[in-house]
Amino acid sequence: MATSDLKPKDSDLNRRIDPATGEYRVIAPGQTFKSVTEKIVRIVLTPDTPLGWFALFGVGGAGATMLLVAVTWLFLRGTGIWGITQPVAWGFAIINFVWWIGIGHAGTLISAILLLFKQGWRNSINRFAEAMTIFAVVCAGMFPLIHIGRPWLGYWMLPYPNSMNVWPQFRSPLLWDVFAVSTYATISVVFWYIGMVPDFGTMRDRAQSQFAQYFYGLLSLGWRGSVRHWMRYETSSLLLAGLATPLVLSVHTVISFDFAVAILPGWHTTIFPPYFVAGAIYSGFAMVLTLAIPLRKFYHLEGLVTERHIDNMGKVMLATGFIVAYGYGMEAFMAWYSASHWEAFMFWNRVFGPMGWSYWVLITCNLAIPLTTLWSRKLRTNIAFMFFISIVVNTGMWFERFVIIVTSLYRDFLPSSWGTYRATKWDYAIYVGTLGLFTALFLLFVRFLPMIPMSEIRMMLPGAKITPKAAAKAGD
Amino acid sequence: MPPREGTYGMLAEFDTPSDLVRAAQQARLDGWRRMDCYTPYPVEEAAEAIGFHRNKVPLVTLVGGLMGLTAMFSMETWVSVLAYPLNIAGRPTYSWPAFIVPAYEWTILFAGLSAAFGMLALNGLPTLYHPLFNAPNFRDGATTDKFFLCLEALDPKFDLVATRAYLASFSPVSVVEVEY
Repeated sequence: MATSDLKPKDSDLNRRIDPATGEYRVIAPGQTFKSVTEKIVRIVLTPDTPLGWFALFGVGGAGATMLLVAVTWLFLRGTGIWGITQPVAWGFAIINFVWWIGIGHAGTLISAILLLFKQGWRNSINRFAEAMTIFAVVCAGMFPLIHIGRPWLGYWMLPYPNSMNVWPQFRSPLLWDVFAVSTYATISVVFWYIGMVPDFGTMRDRAQSQFAQYFYGLLSLGWRGSVRHWMRYETSSLLLAGLATPLVLSVHTVISFDFAVAILPGWHTTIFPPYFVAGAIYSGFAMVLTLAIPLRKFYHLEGLVTERHIDNMGKVMLATGFIVAYGYGMEAFMAWYSASHWEAFMFWNRVFGPMGWSYWVLITCNLAIPLTTLWSRKLRTNIAFMFFISIVVNTGMWFERFVIIVTSLYRDFLPSSWGTYRATKWDYAIYVGTLGLFTALFLLFVRFLPMIPMSEIRMMLPGAKITPKAAAKAGD
Repeated sequence: MPPREGTYGMLAEFDTPSDLVRAAQQARLDGWRRMDCYTPYPVEEAAEAIGFHRNKVPLVTLVGGLMGLTAMFSMETWVSVLAYPLNIAGRPTYSWPAFIVPAYEWTILFAGLSAAFGMLALNGLPTLYHPLFNAPNFRDGATTDKFFLCLEALDPKFDLVATRAYLASFSPVSVVEVEY
């Protein structure tokens, strides 16, 4: 595809292209075990935090504070401060829940599915993609909890022996959600932490200050790099990846059941599970790009997070974008083919009704802009353009959830019960607040934890090759 | 119980994984059994060289997963059939297809936790102290860019002088004695 784009035009580009494959190199040439380690460790073990970090952390922290204020007010006054009402009883909270958890999915995809497929290029980006997953799940998990009205009774969703002699109802997708999301959060955290243990060992050994040595020493659990440990560790990572893969597919499937099991036109379709999962990965990769592009620039990681990564992520987005497009097409097709009056009206109303503008924002952001441009390698390796696309797709995927929830609900079977939906300032405060919380958590991660898995990068360096001659010599 | 004083082993440092693998293979051939390699990233060939081929992590994971599956499915059945039977749109109380989803999630949850914590337990981690950390060059290299072979004092072939000379024959960067 577009091989003419590939012709090296100058020596700099030539350097970045691997002659063996004709693709961009995964890692820039000239790196050694030492240089990679130093580069990644120095970001964390430096006494000088960059000023830009403080500035951004200030912005993120302000957002998180706004979230705290908004949630406090919500707990004092109840969900009436939001725009939700009849007939649109699922507003921003559920939109944001689905959006955030979808974003998290790309982290698991990168860390688990691409590991199983032996996609070496993922090694540079999997750690911060996993961190993104966890912080996204933190933001996502908050929404159903604060949406239940009396969040202090949230534990009623768990099956435990209680004095009321009441047990949860296991036939409801809403309860399945409790188990799917809690398992997803737990496994993501475990996978992330286990992945960092050897790197904590490196941090412990490279740290100068006593405090850092103790801090990373405790986190490393005494990791010493024994090959016996490494082999068990590798098995365990593979198994965790193998478990996280069906898990990530199941989580958004279960979330789509929340909708698909209802008999509401616009929700009651069998296309939802695959289409939700593809959409999740689509938006998740967009978010990885949104984070990776400024990070590699700011911390000068262009040698580790290369054009190849950006290019590959663009390809994944192109593929999942088309699955999403197929989902939209099928919705339209089924609205006609089902010959159901309600389905047809719902679709007409979704596209041309008073809130039809949201559908067109969605089509523009998810289909029109990315799916026409991501074909070009030139554009896929244009960093500024990819940053722009990532923002566009994130916006589009947010509107997808808005369209699914609001435009399916606001005009139901009886015209007398039709209504509309308008978010209040508290809805926006909580949404923007979670963006702030996410930013703040992510910045803390970047500052205090190794954001690129050093041990996995080392495996990809030329020095890691076992020369057959040396190995054969031992036999004689 | 291993002795807690005296020599833990003899530690040879190598610059490349190939040198380490070659030395480890030869040591294994020469009858060494109590030995280990230390590398900054997984080197499968080194594990093969010291005769470490299989591990029990998959078994632990399988057992964990089956426990999660059984636990959740039986709890759902018990809750829905015996403890709190509810008529939900006329469905049978034992609606096993609906029970699959939480049971599936718990299979993954228990299997994943078993894989992670089972791996740590089999590795004997957390172990914050280890004699190897006493070696002057170990912490500087083992987690960064150096490759180590340790022949342990518990091996019957171990001898302070002879082992040092033996390791030196692989032309390592250095050979040091590690104390407890």
